[in-house]
Order: sequence, then structure tokens, then C-alpha cells
Amino acid sequence: MFGKLSLSAIPFHVPIIMGSVGVVLLSAALILALITYYGKWHYLWHEWLTSVDHKRIGVMYIILALVMLLRGFSDAILMRSQQAVALGADHGFLPPGHYDQIFSAHGTIMIFFMAMPFLVGLMNVVVPLQIGARDVAFPFMNAVSLWLTVFSAGLVMVSLGVGNFSHAGWTGYPPLSGLHYSPGTGVDYWIWGIQLSGLGSLMTGINFLVTILRLRAPGMTLMRMPIFTWTALCTNVLMILAFPVLTVTLALLALDRYLGMHFFTNALGGNMMMYLNLFWIWGHPEVYILVLPAFGVFSEVVATLCGKRLFGYTSMIWATIAITVLSFTVWLHHFFTMGSSADVNAFFGIMTMIIAVPTGVKVFNWLFTMYQGRVRFDTPMLWTLAFMVTFVLGGMTGVMLAIPGADYVLHNTEFLVAHFHNMLIPGALFGYFAGYAFWFPKVFGFALNEKWGKRAFWMWVSGFYLAFMPLYVLGFLGMPRRLEYYTNPAWHPWLEIAAVGAAFILIGIVFQIIQLGVSIRARETTRDLSGDYWQDGRTLEWSTSSPPPLYNFAQIPVVGSRDAFMRIKENGSAAQRPVEFHAIHMPSNTPAGFVIGVLAFIAGFGLIWHIWWLAAIGTLGILATIIARASHDNTGYFIPAEAVQATEARRTRAPGEAGRAGLNVFKLPGHAAHVQQGQS
Amino acid sequence: MTTTALSHDASSVHQHAESVNNAVFGFWIYIMSDCILFAILFATFGVMQHNYAGGPSGKELFDLPYVFAETLLLLTSSVTYGLAVLAMNRKNKSRVLGWLLLTFLFGLSFIGMEVSEFQRMILAGNGPERSGFLSAFFTLVGTHGLHVSFGLIGMLVMMVQVMRKGLSIPVQSRLIRLSMFWHFLDIVWIGVFTVVYLMGVM
Amino acid sequence: MTHDSIDLPGVSHARLRTYVVGFALSIALTAIPFGLVAFGLDRFPHSAILIAITLAAIVQIVVQLHYFLHLDRTSDQSWNLLAIVFTVLIIAIMLLGTLWIMFDLHARMM
Repeated sequence: MFGKLSLSAIPFHVPIIMGSVGVVLLSAALILALITYYGKWHYLWHEWLTSVDHKRIGVMYIILALVMLLRGFSDAILMRSQQAVALGADHGFLPPGHYDQIFSAHGTIMIFFMAMPFLVGLMNVVVPLQIGARDVAFPFMNAVSLWLTVFSAGLVMVSLGVGNFSHAGWTGYPPLSGLHYSPGTGVDYWIWGIQLSGLGSLMTGINFLVTILRLRAPGMTLMRMPIFTWTALCTNVLMILAFPVLTVTLALLALDRYLGMHFFTNALGGNMMMYLNLFWIWGHPEVYILVLPAFGVFSEVVATLCGKRLFGYTSMIWATIAITVLSFTVWLHHFFTMGSSADVNAFFGIMTMIIAVPTGVKVFNWLFTMYQGRVRFDTPMLWTLAFMVTFVLGGMTGVMLAIPGADYVLHNTEFLVAHFHNMLIPGALFGYFAGYAFWFPKVFGFALNEKWGKRAFWMWVSGFYLAFMPLYVLGFLGMPRRLEYYTNPAWHPWLEIAAVGAAFILIGIVFQIIQLGVSIRARETTRDLSGDYWQDGRTLEWSTSSPPPLYNFAQIPVVGSRDAFMRIKENGSAAQRPVEFHAIHMPSNTPAGFVIGVLAFIAGFGLIWHIWWLAAIGTLGILATIIARASHDNTGYFIPAEAVQATEARRTRAPGEAGRAGLNVFKLPGHAAHVQQGQS
Repeated sequence: MTTTALSHDASSVHQHAESVNNAVFGFWIYIMSDCILFAILFATFGVMQHNYAGGPSGKELFDLPYVFAETLLLLTSSVTYGLAVLAMNRKNKSRVLGWLLLTFLFGLSFIGMEVSEFQRMILAGNGPERSGFLSAFFTLVGTHGLHVSFGLIGMLVMMVQVMRKGLSIPVQSRLIRLSMFWHFLDIVWIGVFTVVYLMGVM
Repeated sequence: MTHDSIDLPGVSHARLRTYVVGFALSIALTAIPFGLVAFGLDRFPHSAILIAITLAAIVQIVVQLHYFLHLDRTSDQSWNLLAIVFTVLIIAIMLLGTLWIMFDLHARMM
């Protein structure tokens, strides 16, 4: 009746887990209680959970990312603490089975439930505004993507308290991930968690590709698109082409586990190396999916906060396209040591070095943009500068690893762990943080506290170096990765430093939470009234109010050049308001996206625990919902012209409009001349 | 106000045409992702095609005349769907239903033959758990069959929609996307019969 | 009031002829490879048959893309064509890479 599920699945005897579960449940209960207390269920359901608005969906993605950052980082703190003490006779506080689940969960969560939602969230919020569109091409599918991601994160969270998570790492190699060595539910949680969110990612890719190619404002040719939109376009191409590979790979592993097939088994004709081959055909493009949007953010931030047009726009685009194509040609570098001949290793080693070149082009372009610009050291710029230095260091270690001979020494040591964190944290995460800081005022209409932003930044950067530079040393000292316990005392001091680094990052995260609280409390005094928060905004999102109205633009702009909004400001027409108002067609909210998410969770849970009737209900329910939706014709409504007019009238100030009454107490450092004088 | 009312109507027509085009283009892009999906299944089959593990090979299992018959059924169904689209262009609702029904029956026969083949193999102890080769075979051909089955469900849904709503723009848009799906599946089958069956018996 | 037709030239310009020609070509391109393998294994070298059936498959795929899926080189289809060409390129990389890697490993395991 309940498959493999029973009360013994809950690890009552493991205090750390029960403590974590307690924290999670208490936090959830607190949130639910607050929503009830403030009477916000109706608002939450109608304005957020059933929303198909890209701006709302983007915010929910980023909220998911930030919450899962806390979970993934808790895993990191546990690992760093364990490794700092588990020398010799002291085996630390985490037994191997538990430690294995922690590093598996850490990687899985950070990539699939922190980084992917963060970048998809930023694309969601920004891209339609940047191209002058009202929404994405397929708003309902956008909601489905979101809820699939949220509920598969839920599946992974449930694995904390019900059953185990995988102990086969975030990459899940067989035979360890096969039925023989992982007979429990762990690998199944992992499979269904990332399979379902992967489907969401594929749909996002399709959605944004069509959006960018088909919904641009008139006059916005491809070569006039903002650079973030270009990187988003290439990211979506990667998602469309790479995620089906992951889908198949996970499905084949699931077929081995559920139906006794022999894709990756040792006996009866299985081929375990085929798993690695397929996994990394997806896995390498995936890291470019993670990093390209961050590169896009950096390009926007550098241009805007240096008050200068981006240097080398065309070469940036060709570099991005080159990266997109080349990312499919390097995957074997993830398994140089697994027995390929010298010819094969050499080919992929060379391709890996070649792919570093377009990124180098980008770094030079950013530097040349900064040269002779007025650099404003606001938080987004700080993240960008830290990225440029730190990512280049990490890139160099990548070129080292690209030499197969060197990789034989360094593969699967802490050197590798240092390298990929050196790519992902400054490369991807700092980019997302920069985007968060850069566009927060646009999305919410008030400022993020700069002081706490800078403090958080410094803790993160110093923490990163303290946490990861020792790992390079440890790699050279021969320390393998994923060790829960070790006997070499020479490693110990480095691991202690690394633990201190993790503590610094923890403080940085605390500062980011404080920043949010402080900013929300001060919001009435930091309202962005013009919409052009940085006052040097170059692209169309800065022409809207902060936050933008539901329909984004009362009148779809006509674009005449790159940096469309900067051109509008230079022409002196930024203060112009629309005089003619039309009814605007908008897609209707729907519960179907949320429902599909819930049903996916049910199906996933049923499959994991072998509760077949539950899995059937979930799957058939999804099918029924899709058919019902496909039979539903009128999925939109009109905002009457009068309502549009009224909304536009409530906007106190258009960008460039001076001398209107209103509060405007914030000043941008070094920009006293641009402060708008309030008259009353 | 009359100006507002007119722009309401004109923009809704424009909206329709544009959103249909976007839906069709988006579906084409989805088909591209499905091409990758099948390509990886083909790659897996290619790597594992000789992993018999002491069990039977394609030569011993595959019945070419049977597969030829399946192929003709699927091919014909692809053509009859095309004829349904022609009838849709001419706004002939009953013709559309007729051709859709015929397509459905041909497709269902294809699935019936495939299920029967699978059943025969499984009962003889040559199911997907017998060897790597058979795992790859059942998964590649079975995934194609699963796609075809979803297409058949789609056809049932569309037949009901055509009956109930007639050939409205949204219905036409869905019929076109389903037609793309159906034709795509016949194209994938070309790969299947060539790589799996024809090469398998050589 | 509202327009009753779709604005997709590929679909609206389709004719009965299109499908009949596509059907006929597809049948031929199916019958020939089946015939070669069913009856020609003793008459022709295997490598020649392999090449023939591969070519027939590729040609039939192109035939069906053109006659059934209305893919052509008009500007209307340009993005669709670009998408499929790029996808085929990536598939080629994935397939050739996979076969090279896996057969190389296989050889070194022997």
C-alpha cells in the first residue's frame, strides 16, 4: 500500500538531522502563521501562486534560490567543520554515510536549486523588459517551469527527514548509483528531483528563445539587443540542446533501477562509462548555462556603473556564440583519467584550452569599458571587480587541468574542488548577486542598503579566498575530494583555514539577510521615483517605473539603436509620457501551474517510495491538467485603456523629468549634480 | 469610446495571428529538443548494440516483413494527417474528423503491432532485462512508441475539440502543432528501422 | 469579425500533390533498403548495402522534412531551417564524439 515507506524512514536517532528538520519545519510553520495572522492567503494565491507574470515568477525563482542557498550552505558548513576536526583518532561528528549524503546534497542543491533558479529568475525579471515586451511568449509554461522547480526542490528537502538522500555525489556515477550499491531511496530522490526540475529548465529554454526571437520591440534588431539579453539567448540555446541529454541519462539510470535493465550495470552488457560520457555531454554545457547570464550581468553593470558604452559589443556577442558552440566540444575533460587514449585526451584537452579564449576576449572588453570611465564602486560593481580578478585566477587553474598529464595528478583532488568553486562562486554566484543588487530597486521600487551590501561583499570575498585557496594547496599535497576523515596531519592547518573562510562567508550571508531587513524597513525613504535608479541606465527596463506596471509598457517603444534607453535620454524624449492609451491584452492567472507542480511532487514521491498508485495519480493528474488547459481557449483579458491611463498618471516622475513634487532623498555617490530637487 | 473598441478588435486579430506563429515556432523548437533526446538514445543503442551478454542478437529476433508493415502503417498515417490539414485549410470539419480518425486507426495499428512484438520477445525471455543490447532496443523503440501513444491521445482530444468547437483559430493552431509532432515521429522511425532493424539483421 | 485562417504559408500553401509526391518518394525510399537487406545480403557487399540504406534514410528524412513539414529555403522558414541545421550539427558532435570515445575505451579494454 505504501511501497517502501514506513515510519522507520524517519531518522529519529540522528540528532543533526532531526535538528535540521526541526529548524525547517519551525521556519515553515512561522511563515504560514505570519501569512494567516496578516490575512494574506487570498493575496498570496491570487497575486503570486497563480501568477503568470514574468516579473512575479522571476521574484519567486530568486526567493527559491536564496532559500536553497541557505540549505546548500548549511551542508558546506557541516563539511568544512567536519574536515577541520576529523584528523587521526578524531573521526569528527559525521559518519561516512551521512557525510556522503551531505556532499551529494550540497552539489545537487547548489547547481539545480540555487544557481539555476537564480539565473532563470534574473532572466525572467529582466529580459522581457529589456526587449520592450509585455511578457514572455508562453506565460503559462513559464509558471509550470517555476512550480516544477519549486516542488522538485521540495522533494530534495523532504529527503532530509524521510529516507536518505543519495550518497553518490551530485553526478551520480554508476555502479555506486545503481541498485546494487544504492538500494535505498537516496538515488531515487536525486533522480526525480533533478529530472523534474530539468523539464522545467527545458521549457524555460524554449520559452525564452521564442520570446527573444519573436517579441522584441519594433526596431530592435538582434544587434541592437542589450548584452544581457544576448547572453540569455545563448543560455537558452544551451538549455534546449543540453537538457534532453540529462533527461535521457537519468531515465536510463532509472530504468536500470526500476526495471532491472542493463545500461550501466556491471553484468549482462552494461557500460558504465557510457553514463559518464552522457552525463558530461550535458554537464559541460550546464556550467556555461550557469555562467553566461552572469557574464551578461557583468556587462550591464560595467557599462552602466562606469557611465560608458560597453566596449566591443560585437566581439562580446561573437565570443558568447563561440562559447555556446564550443561548450559542446570539451566534455571529456571531466574524465581524462578514465582510460581514453592519448589521441582522445589530447583532442579534448586542446578544445578545452581553446574555449578559454572567448572568455578572455570578454574580460578585456570589460577592462576596456572601465578604462576612462567614471567607475562607481557600488555593490554591483564590487561584485564585478571581485569576479574579474578571482575568475581569471580560477580560469588559469582550469587551463592547468586541461593538460591531461597534469589532470592525472590533480583529478578528484581538492585542487579540482577549488577550481570549480573558483569558477562557480565568482563566475556565477557573484554575477547573480550583482544582478540582484543591480535590479532590486527596479523590481521592488526601493533601494537595497549599500552599507550592508558592501559589508556582505567583503565577507564573501575574503571568505571565498580563505575557504578555497587552501584547497589548491591541499590538492598538490595529495588530498582527495569527498573525504569525511583523514590521517595526514600536513593537511590539517589548511583545512582549518578553509573552515575560517566558511565562517566568513556565513557572516556575509547573515549580512545579506540583515541588508534585506534594513532595506525593507527603510523603503519609504529610498523609493525610486524615476525608474532610472542608477541614473545612467542604458537599456529599456530603466525606462519603466519602479516597479514596472503589470503590462510593462503603456506603449511598446520603437527602438532606433543599441542602448535604446540611453538614446532616448540623449534625444531628450525620456520625459515624454504617452498621450494615447489603448486597451492591453494580458494573459490570465491560473492555478494550473501550481497544480502541476503539486502533482509532480506527488508523482515523484510515489516513484521514489514505490507507491505505484500515488505515482499513477500524480502522472495522470498532470496529463489531465494539460489536456484541460489545451482545451481552454480564452486565456487572456483586456486591461481597459482608462486603467492604463490611470496607472501611468500615478507614476510621479518619468526619467529625466525634473522639478516635480515628491520625495527623493537618496543621492548617488559622485553624482551630486544629478540629484533631482524636490519641490513642495 | 469607439477608438478604444476598434483597437481592441484589430489588436485581437493581430494577437491571434502572432501568437499562433509563436506557438508553432515554439513547438518546432521543442521538436529540436526531442531530436536531441532521440539522438542520445540512438547513440546509446549504437554503443550497446553488440552487448548481447550471451543472449540473442537482432538477426535472431527481428522480422523484417513485420517491420515493413509497421513502417507502411506509420508512413500512411503521416500522409492521412497531411490530408486532414488540407481539409482544415478548406474549413471542411467533417473531412478533418474523417482523416484524423483514419490517422488514429493507422497509428493505433502501428502501436498494436509494436506491443505485440514486444510481448512476444518478453514472453520468450528476451525482455529489456536480458542484456544491454535489449535494454537499449526496448528503450529506443519504446520511447518512440510512447511518443506515438501520446500523439494518439492528442488526436482523440483534438477530434473531440473539432467536434465541439469547430475549426476555430486555437483549434487549428493545435492541429498544426500535432501534425508537426506526428510527422516528426515518422521521421524518427526512419532512423529506427534503418539503424535498429535493417542494420540489426545484417 | 475575426479572421478564420492561420497565417502560416507553409501550411496554407500545401496541396494534395505535396503529400502524394512525398508519399510516393517515401515508399520507394523505404522499399529499396528493406529489399536490399531482405534479399541482397548474398548479392552485394555488406558495406555497400550499409551505405545505401544510410543514404536512403537521409534522403527520406529530407523528403519528409520538405513535403510533410514544409521545410524549405524561403525566408518564412529561415529560422526553422537554422534551428534544425544547428541541432543537426550539435547532434553530429554528440554522436561522433560518443562513438569515438566509447569505441576508443572499448579498444583499450581488450
